[in-house]
Amino acid sequence: MSDKVLLDYGSGGKASQRLIGELFLKHFDNPELRRMNDGAVLSLPGKIAVSTDTFTVDPIFFPGGDIGRLAVHGTVNDVAMMGAVPRYLTCGFLIEEGLPMADLERIVESMGAAARAAGVWIVTGDTKVVPKGAADKIFINTTGIGEVIVDPVPSGDRAAPGDAIFITGTLGDHGLAILSTRQGLAFETPVLSDCASLNHAIETLLRTLPDIHVLRDPTRGGLATTLNEIALSSGVTCEIIEDDIPVKPEVRGGCSLLGLDPLYLANEGKFLCILPEAQAEAALKLMLANPLCTGAKRIGTVLANEKPDTPGRVLLKTGLGGKRLLGMLEGEQLPRIC
Amino acid sequence: MSLDILDQFHDPTLCKSVLERLCAALNGQPLRFMEVCGTHTVAIFRSGLRSLLPKEIVHLSGPGCPVCVTHEAEINAFLDLAEKPGVIIATFGDLMRVPGSRGRTLKAAQADGARVAVVYSPPDAIKLAAENPEATVVFLGVGFETTAPGVAASIKMAKAQGVNNFRVLSFHKLVPPALDVLLSDPDSHIDAFILPGHVSAIIGLEPYLPVAARYGRAAAIAGFEPLDILQALLFLAECRRDGRAEVANLYRRVVRDEGNAKARAMLAEIFVPADALWRGIGLIPGSGLEISPQYAAFDAKRDFGIEIVDCPPLPGCKCGEVLKGKLAPNQCPLFGRACTPAKPVGPCMVSTEGSCAAYYKYQVD
Repeated sequence: MSDKVLLDYGSGGKASQRLIGELFLKHFDNPELRRMNDGAVLSLPGKIAVSTDTFTVDPIFFPGGDIGRLAVHGTVNDVAMMGAVPRYLTCGFLIEEGLPMADLERIVESMGAAARAAGVWIVTGDTKVVPKGAADKIFINTTGIGEVIVDPVPSGDRAAPGDAIFITGTLGDHGLAILSTRQGLAFETPVLSDCASLNHAIETLLRTLPDIHVLRDPTRGGLATTLNEIALSSGVTCEIIEDDIPVKPEVRGGCSLLGLDPLYLANEGKFLCILPEAQAEAALKLMLANPLCTGAKRIGTVLANEKPDTPGRVLLKTGLGGKRLLGMLEGEQLPRIC
Repeated sequence: MSLDILDQFHDPTLCKSVLERLCAALNGQPLRFMEVCGTHTVAIFRSGLRSLLPKEIVHLSGPGCPVCVTHEAEINAFLDLAEKPGVIIATFGDLMRVPGSRGRTLKAAQADGARVAVVYSPPDAIKLAAENPEATVVFLGVGFETTAPGVAASIKMAKAQGVNNFRVLSFHKLVPPALDVLLSDPDSHIDAFILPGHVSAIIGLEPYLPVAARYGRAAAIAGFEPLDILQALLFLAECRRDGRAEVANLYRRVVRDEGNAKARAMLAEIFVPADALWRGIGLIPGSGLEISPQYAAFDAKRDFGIEIVDCPPLPGCKCGEVLKGKLAPNQCPLFGRACTPAKPVGPCMVSTEGSCAAYYKYQVD
């Protein structure tokens, strides 16, 4: 293969075949993919959960991960949040002509490793190569399919007054890792992306405590946005205790330097779990036993809206003892003047 | 300064004791205070301090958010510039969503193909200019005395490095002339001021002395932690109780009484004071900074023949009244209805430091 990805590799001809055989099959190998059919034939018992996501990230390699890992973890996590055990992934690559083949291999190898660790098979895929400038290096779409293991499934509209709200670890690590790399900033303590597949942790929780009301991974928009979505869907007030929200000191410091709020930064390896108070203690114990959730903390409680028929909202009890809204952002966070 | 020391500045127990003293000093009398810095506005809301202040305290947010006081004509000028071929706009992020006439924004211009780069500091814009020799990179110089010295230094740097395609569109504004306007307005009922911490680090204590000497109001330079703000409020309440009008520097860990002479020398070398238009307030003599003739080659106004002419405000927008402390954000008829962060009418709603945005984002009731 050449040292750069050429338009030929997306042609469907021999070059495409070489790319599939020497790269994708090598790193994704499993019996279903090996058949090299146009698609995959799968069977799962009972209800299935499906989720799809397209990944674009700049830079494609960042401290703590890369776009390939992210594409696996992100979709695996979305399927898991539906109360399912992820089993299969599909993936589509959109590659800009000229991408170094070594970069592509590094990404594909990383995807393969992430899929194996998560226990999912990448069963079918597609590759397109577009002319220089028509895409930025590489975009990856993954779709995940999983086996639903609880009924009813956790859902954003099931948060109920009295429920306990947990987060499984520190916030803002991924978002700050990406932004600081993009800005060429190096911190004394390097900030690493937290990107990880959470499906095993979720499965353990669900098998023991099937009545979890809400599971969400606070990716883009961060904790604040995710909590607002839940509060709105469920028509409740989420009351969060500022002092209990875990944020690494280096992330807090970096955010303060860049004028960002860690509560709005993306996370790729944490999840929010909302469940009845009676199960709060057991849930925390289970979370803390998982190596990806050792920073798990209860951060608040779901309350009924003060006035019925008003939209849901998120209240923050500040360290000072005051109260304020924790709202949704309009768009991306932007660095400010002073 | 270590984080541990800063932690003490939002220690709930310490803050509570100052709050108690503040209550006592107020003695049931209302105190209308204005902070003249957007960072204070946000700090008061974000920390939850606003919800803890005694009911006698009336909190007003003044013209201290640089984006908010940028005049409509200035906004239109940089939006026009962004549409010009061969121009790259370099800006701090705050200006990206500020709406100009016909609902234009830099974000929308960017989607239409304009070249707009968000930078973290003016030297980033010089780098951008060096990397794009075929284009003219215009840095949007919006900000107060805090931001202006860095911009001034970057003009010097561009000259020294021979980066001749770098320009600055200077819409910088100065705080003391605006204070003068607020204080001489017979309709503005402001008892006392919390003065901006960062701006004061440059200009020092002296420019504020007329607040007390001429207008008989107390004022305090304060830091941005809850305890800083509470300490300033306590000082202001005690001044009122004792019938004193004083200006004090209560932010000594950052601000020296004499300010930063080096930064002021940099300003004096690159800029000359000029009249400036403030949004919602209008023309304030000597409240702006223009690039001095010696550095005219870097002046975007001169290069592109930009003239800032006063124009009527957007209909219904009460940003001016809000900036002067005459109206609380939620008293504006557009607040939360026609004007939200999703569809801001005025910059007070779009800027992260704008009082309307802070009110919309943080205020519980």
